[in-house]
Amino acid sequence: MLETGTILLCAFGYVGLLFVIAWYGRKRADIGRSIISNPSIYALSLAVYCTAWTFYGSVGRAAQTGLGFLPTYIGPTLTAAVGGLVLRKIIRISKTHRITSIADFIASRYGKSARLGGTVSVIAVLAVLPYISLQLKAISTSFLLIKGYPKIAGPINFAEVPVLGDTAFYVALLLAVFAILFGTRHLDAAERHEGLVAAIAFESVVKLVAFVTVGAFVTFVMYDGFGDIFRQASAHSELRGIWTLPSGGYFNWMIQIFLSMVAVLVLPRQFQVTVVENVNEEHLNKALWLFPLYLFAINIFVLPIAFGGMMHFPDGSVEADTFVLSLPMTMHQEELALFAFLGGMSAATGMVIVETIAISTMICNDLVIPVLLRLQSPSQEVDKDLSHLLLNIRRGSIVMVLLLAYAYFRYVGEFYTLVSIGLVSFAAVAQFAPAILGGLFWRTANRKGALLGMIAGFAVWGYTLVLPSLVQAGLLSISFVTEGPYGVGWLRPFSLFGLQGLDHIAHAVFWSLLANVGIFITVSLFSETSTMEQTQAALFVDVFRYSGEVQRSSFWRGTASIPDLQSLLGRFLGSHRAQEALLEYGKQHNLKWDNEPAADVELVDWAEKLLAGAIGSASARVMVSSVVKEEPLGTEEIMDILDETRQVILYSRQLERTTAELKEANERLKELDRLKDDFISTVTHELRTPLTSVRSLAEILRDNPGLEITQQRQFTSIIIKESERLTRLISQVLDVQKIEAGRLEWRMAEVDMLDVVQDAVAATKRLMEDKQIHLNLRLPKSVPLIFGDADRLIQVLVNLLSNAVKFCPQQEGRIEVDLRVEAEGLRVSVKDNGPGISQEGQAIIFEKFRQVEDSRRGRPSGSGLGLAITRSIVEHHGGSIEVDSRPGAGSTFTFYLPRKGDGEKSLDKTRSQGDDGQQTG
Amino acid sequence: MIHNVLKRGRLGALFLLGMVLFNYPILSLFNRSILVFGIPLLYLFLFLVWLGFIALIALFSKTPRSLREQ
Repeated sequence: MLETGTILLCAFGYVGLLFVIAWYGRKRADIGRSIISNPSIYALSLAVYCTAWTFYGSVGRAAQTGLGFLPTYIGPTLTAAVGGLVLRKIIRISKTHRITSIADFIASRYGKSARLGGTVSVIAVLAVLPYISLQLKAISTSFLLIKGYPKIAGPINFAEVPVLGDTAFYVALLLAVFAILFGTRHLDAAERHEGLVAAIAFESVVKLVAFVTVGAFVTFVMYDGFGDIFRQASAHSELRGIWTLPSGGYFNWMIQIFLSMVAVLVLPRQFQVTVVENVNEEHLNKALWLFPLYLFAINIFVLPIAFGGMMHFPDGSVEADTFVLSLPMTMHQEELALFAFLGGMSAATGMVIVETIAISTMICNDLVIPVLLRLQSPSQEVDKDLSHLLLNIRRGSIVMVLLLAYAYFRYVGEFYTLVSIGLVSFAAVAQFAPAILGGLFWRTANRKGALLGMIAGFAVWGYTLVLPSLVQAGLLSISFVTEGPYGVGWLRPFSLFGLQGLDHIAHAVFWSLLANVGIFITVSLFSETSTMEQTQAALFVDVFRYSGEVQRSSFWRGTASIPDLQSLLGRFLGSHRAQEALLEYGKQHNLKWDNEPAADVELVDWAEKLLAGAIGSASARVMVSSVVKEEPLGTEEIMDILDETRQVILYSRQLERTTAELKEANERLKELDRLKDDFISTVTHELRTPLTSVRSLAEILRDNPGLEITQQRQFTSIIIKESERLTRLISQVLDVQKIEAGRLEWRMAEVDMLDVVQDAVAATKRLMEDKQIHLNLRLPKSVPLIFGDADRLIQVLVNLLSNAVKFCPQQEGRIEVDLRVEAEGLRVSVKDNGPGISQEGQAIIFEKFRQVEDSRRGRPSGSGLGLAITRSIVEHHGGSIEVDSRPGAGSTFTFYLPRKGDGEKSLDKTRSQGDDGQQTG
Repeated sequence: MIHNVLKRGRLGALFLLGMVLFNYPILSLFNRSILVFGIPLLYLFLFLVWLGFIALIALFSKTPRSLREQ
């Protein structure tokens, strides 16, 4: 036997446990060790979506319509797929602008409009009050039911239960205390309520475990698994009837999916847990699949419980809404029944707490404060501390909302089932969706469009869903529904304009959103948009571009005095907190308050955001502008500022890139500088050697007129040779300079490479003979002509040959020149049997001013320019040059010249070569 | 960045797939009063598709470890 005292103890003990958890969560947050800062807790807090409607109502709905309960949970799952796009944006915006409620979000987006914020708040209150009352009703009903344990009472007549004897009344009061304690601690609502979230997450665990336990009990204890339930059900034709959807029900089904897709975004309590209480944007990633998984888990047993209940109570004496509780009761499962009761409590209380806090924030910030500010001129009573008044307004509105909700359930709400009230509520909040989603992605959306669309949608909602309920309550005659007002048929609220075939909800959602979206878009396109709206539109739509970069969200020129600002903050936050916040700001920005003559734009903007967290963005705007001497900026200027910021970001990125490039260039320059130094010392050395010998020989000739004629001739020929060497060197340096500057003149013509090789060999013949080098030429009889500068190509070969000569050993030197015709061009190689070049040497040998040093032989003679010039020339002809060498095994320089360009026209023209291609030097 | 674009695209496509699978006319293909594995066909279809859908959200929204460190 379950004593009433035990039940009460459990119920109030459970609420007490919530207090403890919330208190612990808050304490941990205060010492900086948050227990809620992880994605799983975040996902659990999102599950506040599942209310008593889910816990009790889903089964009731399933008993009537089979799958009719499911769209409400499939919708959020679909939303989760695109949640990364939408929710992330909403969260980022709200954090940037310190937005604390859905009313404030919409007001802020459309130019910080107090009127819009007020409208949203009124709609939200009207939409959500019945919804909260439905939770209280569930608590009350379930208590009365379990009190009769094990007897299951029939439908409850609340008129017989005195208010002061109703558990739900006391639970409502306790929840008010909870919401006040953990939801209105500070005014600065940007400070999240960690204790609250911890408690909500706990509640989500309790309701899931309770529901799944009951479901498992029904499925596996009362019956023999899923299959057994449905097999038994198949014997009843009326039960088989709800295995399928009615064929005309697809549109209703779709509308309900759509409705819940939207509701999970715009319900005030969802906004609270998803956006305001979000600790870290990244938690969204995991929560977006954990949350749907939770919904899946809590829905698995809905159908088994519904079918089990219907078969267990075949006479319909027990309401399907109570199956979750009445099935364990009828099976005499005391503990399970009690657990189910607590599960229902957790579902209901979680929703009530969060929704009440969310609604009270709206009432305070978007209804009461704007009115208060209008009543008293802002300059009056500047010193009066309003922070306590504000807190009390919030507390007062929490109590008021809960009492109103309770009253609603006692006097109006009896006529409805759980689910239908919930869906009516969804349909009302769905009116926010166009303004929010449009405002997120469509810049042109403006205040007038949002306001008029929302009002129209809400009006249609009232007409199609609320007015008919007055008929049920007996306040309007039935003819209003059946014949239409004053007998006007096409105004019948359940089939507006004669539309039929939809259920009441789908019908209302269709017409109200059609009106809403239509007016929203049309008015936005055809009405003026204020500067403030355009600014906010840009900041919202492009939040990812601006957030973190744009520090300011208001745009004006002018200043405010710091004491004015401080006293303004003090009035709304309390002077202590205002002082603290200002000191913190000063520390971050290195300000010394004594020396600051006036607050700059940034400081004023910061103050406005701080205030916005406490009293809403519209009121904050009004208050700040009362102490700021401001000149508003025109739209153009504001867009300029935004653009400028974007430009600055762009520039800074470019700057980074350029800096990196410059750094690299600088390194390269330094290297070149070093090389140039080396080069100059090499060149001067090279220049000085012949000069010195020329000079000393000339001196000898001058000082010794009687020198023998043979000797004179020898000396003068040395002078000539050295002068030639000088000329060659100088012309090389000039060549390099010309090639670098691109000023080298090219005399391009058809060239026969055989001639080039012969000429080059002839030019270097003397050098080779001097060192008694054996030259081997491997030349084909004829080669295709190429297009190039013959002199330069001779220079290339001479360079390579004289290099080869330079490194060949005396007397045993061998040089081999090979010319081959390939498919696309000619390949010429010059091979010597010198000491070879190391791997490192090969890598740099073609660079300017580089010379490969040989430890044994020291620095080779020459400018270090020859190969660089050679490569430049080859490359100018579109070819390439490479070296193949191993130390001790000689070197082969090979260059390749393509037959291309203008040369193509003479490709087939070949010239025969007279000799056999073998020549010995 | 590229990864984000890809992720958004995949999730967007998933959303569209869900819209198709959870609605008429696909739904009507399974709207038959028969038991499959002892469970009404439509129930089985919807719950299985639902679970698969959630699994795909989880799969697509995961940030690869290599990108997480950046």
